[in-house]
Order: sequence, then C-alpha cells, then structure tokens
Amino acid sequence: MVELTINNLKKSVPEGTTILEAARSLGIHIPTLCHLDLHDIKMVNQVGTCRVCMVEVEGRRNLLPSCSTTVAPGMVIHTNTNRAIRARRTIVELLLSNHPSDCLICERNQNCELQSLAAELGIREIRYQGPRLRAEKDTSSYSIVRNAEKCVLCRRCETMCNEVQTVGVYSALHRGFDTVIGTAFDKPMLDTACTFCGQCVSVCPTAALTETNDSAKVWEAISDPNKLVIAQTAPAVRVALGEAFGLPVGTRITGKMVAALRRMGFDKVMDTDFAADLTIMEEASELIHRIQHNGRLPILTSCCPAWVKFIEHQFPSLLDIPSTCKSPHEMFGAIAKTYLAEKLGVDPEKIVVVSIMPCLAKKFEAKREELSGKEVGTNVDYVISTRELARMIREAGINFTYLPDEDFDDMMGESTGASVIFGTTGGVIEAAIRTAAAWLDKDNPSPQIDFKSLRGIEGIREAEVEIAGMKLSIAIAHGLGNARKLLTEIRDGKAQYHAIEIMACPSGCVGGGGQPYHGNNIEVLKKRAGALYAEDESKPLRRSHENPQIHKLYEEFLGEPYGDLAHELLHTHYHERDIL
Amino acid sequence: MSSMTSQVRIALRNCGVIDPENIKDYIATDGYDALAKALFTMTPDEVVETVKKSGLRGRGGAGFPTGVKWETARRSESDIKYVLCNADEGDPGAFMDRSVLEGDPHCVLEAMAICGYAIGANQGVIYVRAEYPLAVKRLQIAIEQASELGLLGDNILGSGFSFNLKLYFGAGAFVCGEETSLMNSVQGGRGEPRLKPPFPAVKGLWDKPTNINNVETYANVAQIIRRGWEWFRQFGTEKSPGTKVFALAGKVNNVGLVEVPMGTPLRTIVEDIGGGIRNNKKFKAAQTGGPSGGCIPAEHLDTPIEYESLIGLGSMMGSGGMIVLDEDDCMVGISKFYLTFTAEESCGKCTPCRIGNMRLLEILDRITEGNGEEKDLDVLENLGNTIKDTALCGLGQSSPNPIISTLRYFRKEYEEHIFNKRCPAGSCSKLIGYKILPEKCTGCTVCARNCPVSCISGERKQVHVIDQERCTKCGVCFSKCPFKAIIRG
Repeated sequence: MVELTINNLKKSVPEGTTILEAARSLGIHIPTLCHLDLHDIKMVNQVGTCRVCMVEVEGRRNLLPSCSTTVAPGMVIHTNTNRAIRARRTIVELLLSNHPSDCLICERNQNCELQSLAAELGIREIRYQGPRLRAEKDTSSYSIVRNAEKCVLCRRCETMCNEVQTVGVYSALHRGFDTVIGTAFDKPMLDTACTFCGQCVSVCPTAALTETNDSAKVWEAISDPNKLVIAQTAPAVRVALGEAFGLPVGTRITGKMVAALRRMGFDKVMDTDFAADLTIMEEASELIHRIQHNGRLPILTSCCPAWVKFIEHQFPSLLDIPSTCKSPHEMFGAIAKTYLAEKLGVDPEKIVVVSIMPCLAKKFEAKREELSGKEVGTNVDYVISTRELARMIREAGINFTYLPDEDFDDMMGESTGASVIFGTTGGVIEAAIRTAAAWLDKDNPSPQIDFKSLRGIEGIREAEVEIAGMKLSIAIAHGLGNARKLLTEIRDGKAQYHAIEIMACPSGCVGGGGQPYHGNNIEVLKKRAGALYAEDESKPLRRSHENPQIHKLYEEFLGEPYGDLAHELLHTHYHERDIL
Repeated sequence: MSSMTSQVRIALRNCGVIDPENIKDYIATDGYDALAKALFTMTPDEVVETVKKSGLRGRGGAGFPTGVKWETARRSESDIKYVLCNADEGDPGAFMDRSVLEGDPHCVLEAMAICGYAIGANQGVIYVRAEYPLAVKRLQIAIEQASELGLLGDNILGSGFSFNLKLYFGAGAFVCGEETSLMNSVQGGRGEPRLKPPFPAVKGLWDKPTNINNVETYANVAQIIRRGWEWFRQFGTEKSPGTKVFALAGKVNNVGLVEVPMGTPLRTIVEDIGGGIRNNKKFKAAQTGGPSGGCIPAEHLDTPIEYESLIGLGSMMGSGGMIVLDEDDCMVGISKFYLTFTAEESCGKCTPCRIGNMRLLEILDRITEGNGEEKDLDVLENLGNTIKDTALCGLGQSSPNPIISTLRYFRKEYEEHIFNKRCPAGSCSKLIGYKILPEKCTGCTVCARNCPVSCISGERKQVHVIDQERCTKCGVCFSKCPFKAIIRG
C-alpha cells in the first residue's frame, strides 16, 4: 500500500494506482478527456495525450497527468490549485480553438465529452484564436463517417481498433498541428480492413467518428404511398433504446418501441427475432448435418457481419468454417420479399425493409452483393442504428415514455426467448444448443433450456455441453481481439471445438457500435444483457423450433430446414479480402 | 592561435587527427584500451562506479548523470538489455555528433561495448540520421573492422563477453531525438514520446531495460575508463565536470566546433575563440540550446557555462548549438525562427505542443507583421508557461523557451513591434521601409540599376523615388547607395 495526500486528505492505496484512481477513491473529481478505462473489456486508453487531467505534485517541476501517473509513497498532490485549474482551462481552450464551433448542429450536441468539459470548466471565451485544421470528411463507407476536424486526438479509436479489436485500421498521420488519425496510405474507410464494428464510434468523445445517417432515406420511403415499408427490430435495440429517453438502464421497452415505429408511419412493424428463430432452424440443422456427415468442424456462427468481414480479411484460410447462414435481418428481408409479399399480395418491388439495429456493420452488410437474391433484389433496403431511431422518434414529436405497449404485426412478429438472447455474447450459441438438444434428444420429455455455462462476460469462454450422450465442445468469444486468439488456435490446430460463437463487439450486440453511448460505463452493457435474459425468461416459448410462425413458414413455403429453397434464400458464401 | 588556447579536446581528441576508416589508427591512439581494461581488470560495478564518480552528465541536453542511468539499467533485472546510442542530432546548425561519428567512430563503439559490459547488455543499436551518409558509412566500416579484430561480436578478446551492434537509420523527425520517441521509431512505430516513468533504464527498447546516451556522452567514456575519473574531474566544474563541444555559429569571426572545459565564460567563447563580432558590430545575445534553449544577453557574458547556470538564465545547454547574434538580429524574429521549427517538428501527440505552439507562432507572425496587440505579450507569456508546464515530452516542455527568454531580456523589442510597429533591428520586412532623402540624392542611378524589382524611378541627376507599393524591402538600394541618401525606418 502507498500512503499519499490529495488536497490535504490522507489516503492509502494499492501500489500501481494512478493519481486519478486515488483521487476518485476519495471522491475527488478530476476532469479528463482522452482517458478511458473499460477494464472488463480490456479497453484502457492511458496515453496521456490531452493533458486535461493535470495536477500539481509537490516537488515536481511540471504538472503531471493524473490519469497516467502512478502514485509514489508520500506523494502530496493538489488537484484544484490555481495553477492546475488554469492549465486545464488553457488546454481546453486550445482544443476549442481548433474545433468547429457548430455545436448546435452537431451530431453529438448535448452528448459530447468536449462540450461537457467546456461547460464543466465554465469556459466563456476562447483566448487563443487561429485557423483550424481543415480536412475532408470520409463518407466512403456505408457505416462510419470520419470527420478529422472534430478529432481531439485522444487516440481512443486507435486503442480500441488496434489493441482491443486488433483490426489496426487507425494510426496517427502527419506531424504537429497537421496530425490526424487516419488509415494506412490515407485510404477511404471502405477500402480498408475495417470491419465496421463501430467500436471506435462508441468510444469517440466527439463527433469525429459517427454513424452514417440514413434516417432521411427512411423518412422518404415512409412518405412514399407506393411503398410498403416494413420495420424489423433487432433484439438488443429493445433493451437500450429507453436510455435515449431517460429511462433506467436495462429497461425493456419492446412494446413502446413497436408503438413508436407505428406512429412514425411504418406500414408493418415486425421482429428480427422471428428471423433469429429461423436462423437457429438453419444453423442447428447445419451443425447436425456437419456432425452427422463428418463435415468441417467447428461451425462458427455467422450472425455478426463485423466478425464475418474480419475473418475474410484476417483468416482467409478458414472461410469454410463459418456457418453459411445469412444473418437474421438478411433472412428476414429475403422472406419478407418472397413469402410475405405473396401472402400480402404485394409486389416485392414495392416492399422496403428497414432494419433497426444496434450495429453499424449491418449497414455495410446490407450492401453486400452476394446477399441479394435473384428474385428479391436487395434483402434489406436500409439499416438504421438504435441511435438514429431515437433521433427519428424525437424528430417525429413522439413522446416515447408515454406510449402504450403494442404488439408486433402478425406473420413475422412472433419470436421465442431463444431469439431474444441473440443480442448478447453466448446467446446465439445457447439458442442453437437449445434446439439441437431438443432435436438430438428426442426421447427426453424436458430437454434442457438454460445453458448457463455459456453465459458471462469473460472475453473467451469454453464449455462442454452433453446432449443425448454426445459431448459438444463449445467456445465463445466477444471482441475481435479475442476472436483472433481463438481463430489463431484453430488455424494452428491447437484447439478442437464443435461450435463457436463470435461477436465482434465487446458484450455482443448490447454493446454494438450503434447503441446509445454507454458513457464509458461497462455496467450499462451488463444491465442490457440482464434485460435480454429477463425477456427470454418471460417468453412462453423459449426454443426457436417451437415458434408456430416458423413452422408455418416451412410448411407453407420453405419446405425443409437446410433444404433447397432455404439454401437459395437463407444461405450465403464468403470471399477473401485483402488486408491492406 | 588564441582560438585554440582555451580549448580542451576529449570528445574530439581524434577528430581530424586519425584516419577514421582505419581501426589501426584508433588503436594507435590507445583505442580499445579502455574496453580491454574494463573487461579484464574491472567488474561491471566498478565500471558503473567510475562513470558515476566522473560526474559525466548527458551531453544531449538535459544533463542527467550518466552513471546514475547506467546504474539503474544495471540493477533492472531482465534476460535481455539494450545499449542505445542517440545519433539523431537535430538542432538546426548543430554538428557536434556528426563530427565525432565521421572523425572518430570507434570511440562510440568502444564506449557502447563498455556500457554493455557494465549494465549486462549484449546488443547495441546506434540510431543515426540517414541524412548523415558519411557518418553512416564510417560507422559501418568501423563496426566491420572492430568485428574482424574481435573487438565487437561474440566473446570479445576472449573475455567471454559478447556485444553486437546494429545501425538504425532515422528518417529526419526532430522528435526522434527524444529518447522514448527514438525507441518507438526503432521498433517500427510512429516517432512519438512515451509517458515517463517508466524510464528507459527500467523499460526501454522492446520494453527491456535500455541505456541510452548521445554520441558526445559516449565519446567521453573510453577516456574516463582509461585515465580514471579523477583525471576527468580536473576539467570543468564541480557540478558539470569535463568539457562540452559547441557548434559556434552566427556573427562571430571564427565559426566552427569548439570544445571547452565546462565553466568557461561565455565571453571567452565569443571573444577569444570566436574572435569577436564580425564587422565591429555590437554583440546582442548568444542563443544556446537550439530550439529548446534561449538567448543570453550581453550583461551575462561573463557567466561560466554549465548546466545549472544556463538554466538559471532561462536557456539551456542543449546539445551544444551556439549562435551569436548582433545588433542586426531581431529577437522576435529569432523566437519565430525557432518556434516555426518546433511547431513543424512537434509529433502532434499532446494538445499543448500540437495546438499551443501553433497559436504562439501565429501571434509571433502577427507581431512581426505589425499586427500585434497589447494583450499578445501576456498571452505569449501565459500560454508559453502553460505549454512548458503541461507538454508530454522534452520537446514540448522546452519549445516556448526561445520566446520566454527573449521576453525576459528583450521585452522592449517586442513592445516596439507592437506599439510603434517598428523593428529596431530593421529585420522584419513588413515593418521597415526605405526612403530616399531628396537633399542627399545626387541622381547617380546606382539604386535604380541595382533594384531587383525595378521599383526605383528617376532621371539621371534628378532625385530618385521608391515605389513603396512594389518595394520588397530587400535593402539592396540601402546598401548600394554611395551617398547614404537612403534611410531605413
């Protein structure tokens, strides 16, 4: 333990503690900007670049950054002296002098860490004036917009992309005042190995990294009387959207979300969860098929488009492992523009499918050429993130918290508990195992539903599940850095599993790049996941194959799971991509 | 020659004396004697102790005691340790290290091997500027020759100690002369400083304990080991023993490298060694420490040069640049020159250095263009001090020094620029103008014929006139007029 004094308060803290942590343990607040410690997902940005958290330490010539200075015995620290406060103010004024002053029309207005910091420090004038850095926006990708002019060079995106996700898209380019965060050879984002997981956006303190805004196109479609616009909502949206309207973290607002979408003017409000059940039918069939026919194992879940792009770039030799199943919202689109169109008697050309997703990679996925069927054109027309939906609800003047609960529309609105947990790490594989267990263990009158050994927050988890005397070895990874470890072991033949679930975002879709900002608090993600499991338990049906609408779909249209029509509509293929 | 009498050559002792491409020349001047002495008659602790007692301090600028660095690296436990040589000399006008590398490369190799033995490292890296092709070539030859003779490589002189050396070329970023940026660069990363602590001696290159010194520091080591620390301490002062090499430049009569004992008064360097100011102009200031240093005015000419005294004057030793300024040099312009350099060479990692230096530079630009405002002086001072107080590495922490030291000694000059829109040194082109005095002009046409933009008109034997709109203020007319009929102001 190390004894120290902060603002005349004595404290004893463990060795290796930073001044910032020690101060917080005493209830002393030190403003920060670049610092970010999401310990549970190993996202620790301790680069000390912004110089906002400077404090005075007796006996030291210069001010020290509290976020990255570890305590020493007998240290006497002052966090709020005139010298420290003036320095902090100067630093923030410098940042503001190089920042567009368009807060009123900025994507991050009222939700920006720089703006909050300026407010907290009571900055009323910027004493330093001069030209700002000018840079072109990168709008090349379908998912992420980069605006270097709003970048404060906190380097969080770099840490997230390079160290946590191990994708390595970002690096600082140029020198001095011209320094920007950019891609290798300044390539447009679309031409990089970016997976569009959007985790960089999740941790960006300003609007330097934002999602592509597709809401205008959606409004356009809704207002077109010749279009039948169908909304489908991913599981993770319903446990996070409420946060945008001031509801407690982890509140389930499924019914209000449906009501809001209807009031926005969507013709049909349906559920991606339905398609998640469909995915399980196909994926569990594929798993059993591979096991029974000595096929390639392990099978890897393919619901996460960021992860799929990751394996295409980084592990092209393993492209025969992922399940060929399209992701649920793509399956939804394929069925909506065939089966549903026929049932409703609507020309598929007139159907517009809008996916509401916690994810930014789904925006890119929707543009993949191989996901367009011959008959149906594009499966999904537009993808909007949870954040975009929240903005649209506000824009439409809908008082979200006062909305009644409403149900999804028929036919593609019913779902089981299994599909709900798709939104969290371990959920997809648990859903698949629930169905596989029921199918393989036909004599068992009450096959297992909850596989709690598959749940948790650890980055890589392994579990063995016994079904009908067969031991299935399962691995789960969330976060692409963890995925890389797992895939490297598989490639090198060091690990043997039957099935693996991978989600690109830490904690899975609840922590997706399109979700409301978690405010640098990982507890938020845990509560969202908890809400999904609660929703699962509240459902009368908890196994995908029990979904009556799914039964009907196979009976009336698809035929057999993993059959010919299913292959054509619900499965896809992968291709190698360059790493640079 | 009076310019030689005050000099003592330790670091430069062989430069210009031996053939740097022939190891036998070096050996003939007792080269590699110190390495053999260390390997066969001293324990590593004794080597560290000798360097410590010698009081040798880092010649790269900060003046940290070399022996303490070595001791920390020796005590850090690790399977692998490194010895690094910082040969990324980057101060404008400085060429001390280049001269050592080109003139006596073996003295650096020998010192690095001694250091390796002392701290327990078997691998050394010299980070040298790629813009020093001759230094690179001579280092390569030296490493080759030393390896052939068993003075580098495995089992040196049969002692059981092995030491291998590699060169790594810097690509010209000034910040890579900062030790942690240098290590990032060697590792293939962007040249950006790391947070300290941990210091390199604990966690350096590839996160292994690393001793890093600059060329001139190493150039002293072999002599200290061979002749003993007491010998070394006879030169210099109590706190700054030994000698220091300066690259003397500017308005003195004799320019070039000089090596003087620490404690030598500035006046000796300027007046005796430098031979005084050219053209009988008045000495104005000596700029030391390069972009991180400051300007020392005439009233402090008798200050003995050592680390602490220079810092006390608001300047610093730096790596040894020394530029002598005379009455024609504008101190605001000098600040601007250095700040332009640091602003461009900032790595951009931390806010104060990245944005703060640019804002300072913009203010200096305004002042030298006649657009300065009263509040600018306060802003320069406050912002400059905050940058010093908050920047991440030595580059940023010292970048405002040229401004702060000139504000301290030459504030009036800034005020003249701001309030009277005048450059007293007549150097800021936007603030000066040339006028022909009609009563003195004889119409000789010399000015008109020499004006490079032909903006002077007038008939022969008639009074000439300068077109102020087109005048570029180059000053040619002023210096050519045989009748002193043109005034500047």
